[in-house]
Amino acid sequence: MTTAERKIPAPAVNPEVKPYFDAAAGGKLLVKFCTACGQYHHYPRAICPHCFSERTEWREAKGTGTVYTCSVLKRGVPVPYCIAYVTLEEGVSMLTNIVDCDPEAVHIGQKVKVVFKPTDGGPPVPMFTPA
Amino acid sequence: MSIKRKACLVGAYEHPTRKAEDKSVAQLHAEVAKGALEDAGLARQDVDGYFCAGDAPGLGPLSMVDYLGLRVRHMDSTETGGSSYLIHVAHAAQAIALGKCNVALVTLAGRPRSEGSSGTQPRSWGANLPDAPFEAPYGLVVANSYAMVAKRHMHEFGTTSEQLAWVKVAASHHAQHNPHALLREVVTVKEVVDSPMIADPLHRLDCCVVTDGGGAVIVARPEIARSLKRPVVNLLGAGESPKGQAGGQLTLTTSGAAWSGKAAFEEAGVKPGDIRYASIYDSFTITVLVQIEDLGFCAKGEGGKFVADGNLIAGSGRLPFNTDGGGLCNNHPANRGGMTKVIEAVRQLRGEAHPGVQVKDCGLALAQGTGGQLGTRHGSATLIMERA
Ligand SMILES: [Zn+2]
Repeated sequence: MTTAERKIPAPAVNPEVKPYFDAAAGGKLLVKFCTACGQYHHYPRAICPHCFSERTEWREAKGTGTVYTCSVLKRGVPVPYCIAYVTLEEGVSMLTNIVDCDPEAVHIGQKVKVVFKPTDGGPPVPMFTPA
Repeated sequence: MSIKRKACLVGAYEHPTRKAEDKSVAQLHAEVAKGALEDAGLARQDVDGYFCAGDAPGLGPLSMVDYLGLRVRHMDSTETGGSSYLIHVAHAAQAIALGKCNVALVTLAGRPRSEGSSGTQPRSWGANLPDAPFEAPYGLVVANSYAMVAKRHMHEFGTTSEQLAWVKVAASHHAQHNPHALLREVVTVKEVVDSPMIADPLHRLDCCVVTDGGGAVIVARPEIARSLKRPVVNLLGAGESPKGQAGGQLTLTTSGAAWSGKAAFEEAGVKPGDIRYASIYDSFTITVLVQIEDLGFCAKGEGGKFVADGNLIAGSGRLPFNTDGGGLCNNHPANRGGMTKVIEAVRQLRGEAHPGVQVKDCGLALAQGTGGQLGTRHGSATLIMERA
């Protein structure tokens, strides 16, 4: 299976998160960091969900992480695909797909690294593949 | 201020249909409202409070109040998906305790079966949803959201597909007695785990049914409840809690029931061990297992062992659950199972459940709802009720 067989819906980009998707177009994964409380968060917000400070900034993530959980959807879709939460090195977990591999072989605890995949009429989005 | 014994469930009605191709959604709301009023022995003009959620067509309660010809002085359209209706019951009790209304009507209805809804298709919540850009590209649907919870629960606690299957097996044992249930055939653990995989590790028989229909309940002041001919069901305690992803600090194997349940038990002044019957939201088998743990019926991680070997089956198990067959076998109208959870708890407390599943001396019951998605963000609501 390749992701080319599955049309990836374009993200509905809004001004608050536009830098994230602009960076994705350049092959960079950004994550929001709050300089007031020293914590990362995802999905990204202008105001920190941990301490409610507006002192949040974009940081480039290392792009590696570990599968927190996953599932392969097999029915009602043209091509089975693996959805997962990946816990980044930075400590936050993000919803994603694990691609360019046998989806059945993906497992919790597996080391993965970021790749960027084109969407249907929108910016590319970060996905992950076995490291 | 507590709602303990300040309000009663006086009417409950579940629409018998499971496919309503020839009816409108508003019509179904009216039919269940009529059914609940008849059950209570009340008239439409007695209703002075109305509650509905996102399944009701129109702007909050406005269209339905107008359509139903109600004259109300209190209204509430709290929307937390399938758990909304348990919150409505609690909010109705609060309103009654404060003198804001005397008789509150709560309705739910929908036609997802006729409209071709499925748990493997994405649902749209609008372009301004802040989480949408980070979920929609990845094909998040209801089934794989709950499946990720199940996978993680298995990883952390060693829960098995066979243990999850027992939840469905118990529901099917109950559904065989319900002439209106969509699925009435008793199934085995093997049949569940051999059914087609939908989103691993959840099989087709781990998923709830998709049905049209609806239900309604009526909450009233205790003096009014005592003047009616029906057995009196007191509300003892309630809790509500949202739970999300905490900015990326995931704890997927714990649900909001950990907070809503604690609040409800504290207000009611009872313990999990006192509960004789429990309606537990069953969008999927894993939903039941996680909530049972979080409500304190067993320790976190012990849910698999707790639900196994028929422990949820009325007559033989320690915690009879969803004796109508639940969302897994009977009915999940409008893709929202909270209303039918309340209705079956009322039937049990009145002694009006099917004789094949009626819990003996059922004096204390719990209803638990989860709306939204366990895998992302959800609302949890707990009600504890007693037979007066
Ligand atoms: Zn902060």
